[in-house]
Amino acid sequence: MHINRNHRIDLYTRMLKIRTVEMTIASYYSEQQMRCPVHLVIGQEAAEVGACAALNKTDFVFSGHRSHGHYLAKGGNLNAMMAEIYGKSGGCANGRGGSMHLIDLEAGFLGAVPIVGSTIPIATGVAMASKLKKDTKVVMVFLGDGATETGAFYESLNYASLKELPIVFVVENNAYSVYSSLSVRQKTESRIVDIAMAHSIPARKLDGNDVELVYQASIAAVDRARAGLGPSLLELKTYRWLEHCGPNYDNDIGYRSEAEFLSWRERDPVSLYQNLLLSEGILTAESVGELTARSSQEAVDAINFAKNSSWPQVANFSHEVYSQ
Amino acid sequence: MRRLKYFEAIREATDQAMSDDPSVFLVGLGVPDPKGIFGTTLGLQEKYGEDRVQDMPLSENAMTGVVLGMAISGMRPILSHQRVDFTLVAIEQLVNQAAKWHFMFGGQVNVPLVIRMIIGRGWGQGPQHSQSLQAWFAHIPGLKVLMPTTPYDAKGLMLSAIADNNPVIILEHRWLYAISDVVPEEAYLIPIGKAKVIKEGSDITIVSSSYMTLEALKAAEYLSQIGVSVEVVDLRSIKPWDVDCVLRSVKKTGKLIVADTGGIEFGISAEIIATISELAFTELKVSPVRIGLPNYPCPTSPALAENYYPDFENIIRTVEKLCGYEFDYSKLNLVKSGEHRDVPHNEFTGPF
Repeated sequence: MHINRNHRIDLYTRMLKIRTVEMTIASYYSEQQMRCPVHLVIGQEAAEVGACAALNKTDFVFSGHRSHGHYLAKGGNLNAMMAEIYGKSGGCANGRGGSMHLIDLEAGFLGAVPIVGSTIPIATGVAMASKLKKDTKVVMVFLGDGATETGAFYESLNYASLKELPIVFVVENNAYSVYSSLSVRQKTESRIVDIAMAHSIPARKLDGNDVELVYQASIAAVDRARAGLGPSLLELKTYRWLEHCGPNYDNDIGYRSEAEFLSWRERDPVSLYQNLLLSEGILTAESVGELTARSSQEAVDAINFAKNSSWPQVANFSHEVYSQ
Repeated sequence: MRRLKYFEAIREATDQAMSDDPSVFLVGLGVPDPKGIFGTTLGLQEKYGEDRVQDMPLSENAMTGVVLGMAISGMRPILSHQRVDFTLVAIEQLVNQAAKWHFMFGGQVNVPLVIRMIIGRGWGQGPQHSQSLQAWFAHIPGLKVLMPTTPYDAKGLMLSAIADNNPVIILEHRWLYAISDVVPEEAYLIPIGKAKVIKEGSDITIVSSSYMTLEALKAAEYLSQIGVSVEVVDLRSIKPWDVDCVLRSVKKTGKLIVADTGGIEFGISAEIIATISELAFTELKVSPVRIGLPNYPCPTSPALAENYYPDFENIIRTVEKLCGYEFDYSKLNLVKSGEHRDVPHNEFTGPF
């Protein structure tokens, strides 16, 4: 499939935006004004942008604890995300959620929660509703390699397959669950796609750092869902650059090696794509400079928006627990 | 006046809700099977089709997530579990997700969801098919918990639960399905959070719910024969519960027993007594008493289960002790039916 020039620049710009926002959060985190855990997604941008680019604005996305990239890739409001991380009014969950509970209904980002695997069945239920309403909306749920070890994953695959639901399961396999590597958690390299296939769900394992490859595969999966042919699963091999939770590198603490990290940094999805587009003359050094400056400004503006926002009012919460 | 059995009242409420609102959806293991969840769902798939009335895989956790997903998509799902105990594999979706979804996302999303659970007491249901875990669910902000006793209330509360924009749990006691009551044909709502003084009295208040209300009424009947006037408050709604109604009754009688189908320790009865003690300690003439299950799992054998469940006799003896009476039991002439007390009446048979 041919991806046109503007679309390629758009894919690059979206990845750059996520990278820049995450780097900016990392650099401001030490001020200790973001008083919630942050799970930064640096290194995984291609998987998230490539997959979300296959969706319409009216389609839906769910995510887990490492959700900033999914939220932004689906078009979530950056200022509202940053205000949420800072616990300020104007936050996308009114300060009740923080980094691990992002939501932007207008963008079709229906929610992220930090219990691993939990949004898989919820997304499946939204797909069931879409099917019953015949509204041709597609649901994409992002999960990690760890989530494929939960019962909710198997149960959801079974149900989605049984009911031929319009859902795409996107597994970002970044090789670690906190500090525990795949080798201590899973038996075989092909396990994740094998599980999907065992449920009669078409599944592919791909290089998750190649944004165009991810995009093309996602288009096929989304089309299949929209045509009423049922779910698909994509396993996207990628790598988390920073520590599980927080703004730092942690290659020195002993659960993974600096050499391993460096080998993945060689395959930095943003640089890879930038170099490709530069070599094809689609980007120039000048346009890269402009886009980089613009995304940095956007990120800093969002930080300032959050910092300058007021604290949310402490409501009478007993009236807020239930919808009236 | 038309009478319906409890299971028929639930079926009629579900039927009317589905007829009124195409977004109502019914799912559960066995919902469309020949038994139809003790008759409560019989005929509904035939009437509303396989899209709106569905069986399900044995995936209680994922299915709780699925109905949550449907609820946030504007549908009104009803999920039925044949035993309360089966819900425990779904506790993650229920407690972490469904209960909190509205609050944790800043009030932007509603979760109109009903989850029915059946308390399976008796006929050897044993440790894992008979639990009465209302205190678990009532402990969680964001859930509502209902335990209707009468067919009339079952219908009205079921319709209120379906109309509610929050996750509502309905605990149905299996021993109530066969009782009958006058039930209006038209749809009506019983407000959630309102108790009912099901029998007026002046000497002592018994607060109870679900099947224990029937035992409390039976105890009150016996006691009235010897001149003791018992007021029975049927909670109907466990969370939120009707503090004002209980308080009014306690202010009248000065004595309080709370009889619950669940365990005594850390239970519903403890919560009610704590609240009433905080609000009206000086109104209490004697220490309140909890009646409920002992702190061990329910054994299966009828011989071992004999003393597990408190009944009207336990209530009568508690009233006697609490009020400082000495009853003449020859005058009371307590009659218990059957050789074993693991069934509500002699017509009740197993296996399920």
